[in-house]
Amino acid sequence: MTNIHQISIFLENRAGSLAEVTGMLAESGINLRALSIAESADYGVLRIIADDAEKATAALLEKGCVLSMTPVTVVSVPDEPAGLSEVLKLLAEGSVDIEYMYSLFTHQNAKAYMVFRVADEEKFRAVLSAHGIGLATKEELGLK
Amino acid sequence: MKRYYQPEIETASREQILAWQNERLVKQVHHVWENVPYYRKKMEEKGLTPEDIKGVADLHKLPFLTKDDLREAYPYGLMGKPLKDCVRIQSTSGTTGKRVVAFYTQKDIDLWEDCCARAIVAVGGTEEDVCQVCYGYGLFTGGPGLNGGSHKVGCLTLPMSSGNTDRQLQFMTDLEATIICCTPSYAAYLAESIHERGLRDQIKLKAGIFGAEAWSEEMRRDVEKSLGIRAYDIYGLTEISGPGVAFECEEQTGMHINEDHFIAEIIDPNTGEVLPEGEKGELVFTCITKEAFPLLRYRTRDICVLSRKKCSCGRTHVKMSKPMGRSDDMLIIKGVNVFPSQIETVLLEQGYQANYQIIVDRVNNSDTLEVQVEMTAENFSDSLSKIGEMEKQLVGALKAMLGIYAKVKLVAPKTIARSEGKAVRIIDKRKI
Repeated sequence: MTNIHQISIFLENRAGSLAEVTGMLAESGINLRALSIAESADYGVLRIIADDAEKATAALLEKGCVLSMTPVTVVSVPDEPAGLSEVLKLLAEGSVDIEYMYSLFTHQNAKAYMVFRVADEEKFRAVLSAHGIGLATKEELGLK
Repeated sequence: MKRYYQPEIETASREQILAWQNERLVKQVHHVWENVPYYRKKMEEKGLTPEDIKGVADLHKLPFLTKDDLREAYPYGLMGKPLKDCVRIQSTSGTTGKRVVAFYTQKDIDLWEDCCARAIVAVGGTEEDVCQVCYGYGLFTGGPGLNGGSHKVGCLTLPMSSGNTDRQLQFMTDLEATIICCTPSYAAYLAESIHERGLRDQIKLKAGIFGAEAWSEEMRRDVEKSLGIRAYDIYGLTEISGPGVAFECEEQTGMHINEDHFIAEIIDPNTGEVLPEGEKGELVFTCITKEAFPLLRYRTRDICVLSRKKCSCGRTHVKMSKPMGRSDDMLIIKGVNVFPSQIETVLLEQGYQANYQIIVDRVNNSDTLEVQVEMTAENFSDSLSKIGEMEKQLVGALKAMLGIYAKVKLVAPKTIARSEGKAVRIIDKRKI
């Protein structure tokens, strides 16, 4: 089982708050593999997959960020039309409730990579393995 | 037109008022000594017996009571009468969540309602009038107090309670209300609604009695102009009885304190020393006729000035200025007492830190309260909906504690200034 950790960071909804966080990461030489933002009127949650999660976390905590670590699953899907659609169809049939998902920046071996956060991880994994859908490894994604 | 509700009292000579106060104070101190062990102990600690208090000149010797005492003695510790003699309670929020509960005998209610009746007659109220009371009814003293006063004057009383503007305006126009009692901000809101709906011609109001929150002369002029009425201030607090402790007359230059029931002093809030007349300080009340909840030298925390200048209305009772501030950090928001410590208690209970900021404003004549609090690691989640739920829970807990809605704004950690000595937790943007 690939253990990939997403870092979620609390952001105030104002100009410059995202730049502050990416600035902190840049300073520490962290490269981002994926990023997504969810926002409400007053605040947002920035979710990232960093090449070195441990180092990134330490740097952000030191700067006083509020964050949490969440295990997520990265699924490799065929990088072609309907590649994602097919996977999502299977998950729907298996009644897997997706909380959120976003895509990874890497393209390798004609694969695209999607980050999934689901309500029931076990059920999710079962559907994937039943259909032979592959999970990305840390090496594949260039993660430490 | 009748100018006073109780002319022989309201226009009594200073000597007569002092004679009443001397006699009633001595009697009251005996009553408290015999029936309120909590206060008796305070007197004993100062080496006092009732015999030491021979009149108003000795008042300064008595110990103070504060909101802390009310909390410590909650709920029955300051009662001067057994429960079987009491017929009512009223209540208001206190510090850190404990409420102030005041008890009344039937006589207490009678005298309180007399005070409110004096206020209504002072604004021109007679039995010909229709008096619309839109203060809250229930535990809050506003509704019950003015309601009772209005009955005593003989007005047709509309016990509307607060809110429901459509219904307020319908009764105001259909039943041709001539006097309205509410908070000044609600009066301003009603005025706006009346203009928006083009009801100005159907309004028969001539006077308004507006209290329970601070308001300015500017606001008075605005409301007077837009409603075509005269607007009068009224003062009171649950601990002392409720509205009607003091009220404005036609001169509109301060509120006459009902000195036959309450002795007022102005003290230096830091030293407790009594200040000479005309100096600004904390208002202290001694109840000399109340039976069930006979507080002596109760510190209101309201900062104001007393004046004994002759009043053109003919009343001889001392006048107090509008409260100019507080000697504690209590805020009055939508007529409700709010202490920052209450907000702090809720935040800590909900897993937030005591780093917060309270922003009070007045938008469209209605007070708003916003609590800014720093997000903490425990309350943070990768899921927006979970954060939203936490936020909702906090809003609910604040509502339960304060009785009013507070908007919560979650901010990034370390964005609220840390306290250096005294924390600047409150930003009051209201221009009043």
